[in-house]
Amino acid sequence: MYRRSTGEKIFAVFNTIFLILLCMIFFLPVWHVAMGSISDPLKVAATSGLYIKPVGKVTLGGYRLILQNSTILRAYGNTIIYVVAATTFGLILNILAAYVMSTKGLMFGKAFALFVVFTMIFNGGLVPTFMVVNKLGMMDTRWALIIPGALSAYNIIIMRTSFSEIPREMLDAASIDGASEFKILTSIILPVSKSIIAVIILFYAVQHWNAWFNAALYLQKSRDLYPLQLTLREIVLQATENSIVADADGQDVMIYRPLIKYATIMISIIPMMVLYPFVQKYFVSGVMIGAVKG
Amino acid sequence: MSSIKTVTKKKSFGQRLKIEIKNHWQMYLLALPVVLYFFIFNYAPMFGIAMAFEKYQVKKGILGSQFVGLSHFQRFFTSPYFWRLLKNTLLISFYGLLFSFPLPIIFALCLNEVRNGKFKKVVQTISYLPYFISVVVVVSILFDFGKANGLITNIASLFGWSGGAVISSAKWFRSLYIGSNLWQHLGYNSIIFISALAAVDPTLYEAARIDGANRWKQTLHVTLPGIASTIIVLLILRLGQIMGVGYEKIILMYGPSTYETADVISSYVYRVGILDADYSYSTAVNLFNSLANMIVLFTANFISRKVNETSIW
Repeated sequence: MYRRSTGEKIFAVFNTIFLILLCMIFFLPVWHVAMGSISDPLKVAATSGLYIKPVGKVTLGGYRLILQNSTILRAYGNTIIYVVAATTFGLILNILAAYVMSTKGLMFGKAFALFVVFTMIFNGGLVPTFMVVNKLGMMDTRWALIIPGALSAYNIIIMRTSFSEIPREMLDAASIDGASEFKILTSIILPVSKSIIAVIILFYAVQHWNAWFNAALYLQKSRDLYPLQLTLREIVLQATENSIVADADGQDVMIYRPLIKYATIMISIIPMMVLYPFVQKYFVSGVMIGAVKG
Repeated sequence: MSSIKTVTKKKSFGQRLKIEIKNHWQMYLLALPVVLYFFIFNYAPMFGIAMAFEKYQVKKGILGSQFVGLSHFQRFFTSPYFWRLLKNTLLISFYGLLFSFPLPIIFALCLNEVRNGKFKKVVQTISYLPYFISVVVVVSILFDFGKANGLITNIASLFGWSGGAVISSAKWFRSLYIGSNLWQHLGYNSIIFISALAAVDPTLYEAARIDGANRWKQTLHVTLPGIASTIIVLLILRLGQIMGVGYEKIILMYGPSTYETADVISSYVYRVGILDADYSYSTAVNLFNSLANMIVLFTANFISRKVNETSIW
């Protein structure tokens, strides 16, 4: 180890302070919402600025209110259905596509790769896609949030890269033994690809958990199929907490109204925050493959 | 199975096809669902682009509607909105690039100087956190901070701002849009640079140190050249997306009071196409945007290949 000069030591101090400040900027907005959600509802709206600690007396009234609310609970349930179904469907197709793309020596292998990659560069656009989904009879059904948007060429390429690194000898040995391609995929490739599968599940699950636009586009008449993000948009951005208030009753509702938006934001991000530390290492490795190949 | 491949050389296309199918039919069967999927959801809509050249009527369908040539494009180029949309799209991209490109690099460099591994890990973990938050939530927080007595409005009024809630001010739209993007993606965008930094050969630092270079000189002469190719490739990639400002966040954030600076081509496509149901015109505007996008992207890739011998695909 070599000795650091005075200038470098000073730099190290400033650098540490800078990074701590940056972390606060990343973290404080979320903290603000968390503190807002447990603040005194009568004082919170009148208090401006950042909530470093709860304003007034701590209360869980906001959470109690939204957890009793059928609109929000149904939206939460819908989101879980969409995430599980769309991720499963997308993952299966993703694995098939990646397997075909990673197989060398196919006559139409190049054409297939081009067919997949081209979807990243050009698309029919908003209205034509909307019309196809409409023609398929998916409007105002759950299918509209599960099938379209389930498969991403980007994720296929990430998985293909990982599959290509599996030693050929393993696959050749199996095909000499007469195993079918499907058998090779399920009994040789998938068992050694657990971490890339975790990455892809993570990417799809985050995408579907956070998605709102397709719901706004395809569920124009079916409010009871709304995912959480779209309900959140209505409550917070279109200021329709009245509709939430309207289908509950009692005095509580009027009192805790200012907390609804904070509490709803919190319940939408808590699952991500809880899951995140466990999946972080997969996440970073996935982004790295994607950055190199994308 | 693979021994058959060697004798396929001089066969006709039909014969080769037969052998290919005989050898690999299982593979093509596995590919079939994927081909169908992309065909239905990505390629079938491309036929719908024909609407851009028609006076599309739902009753008559794409094949039966009247052909009107380039009149929708003409309408767009001569519309009072055209320059505003183009300007907003390019400015949001350009300013976005100006901040969101160098800052992740600087962040990665700062992180690279940290000796304490644990601290480094914590900073990284916190910096990726916003990436997992949905756009709806980010914009919700932005509305909370940008309301009349919100944090950002308060800070702005310390510096003489008196226009009320910043979130409904056209003057503030770009700053808020780009600032919140930066908040959400800074950590995520730094990942690739952090990994590029980790790949710089440690013996180069050793050599520089022996030559008497201090930390700053090492950064300038070892670190930066070491990640220069990553920087260039990513810069070109980002330049290729300059026409591609997405609508999802814009339409959550904007309102009639901010259209002047907020409305971009893609949000206009959404408003005209979905909300006003002017299908043909919207498709034409979108086609213009996609083509412009593609031209920029291919140009960027071409330059990348010339400059760096690293093409994006």
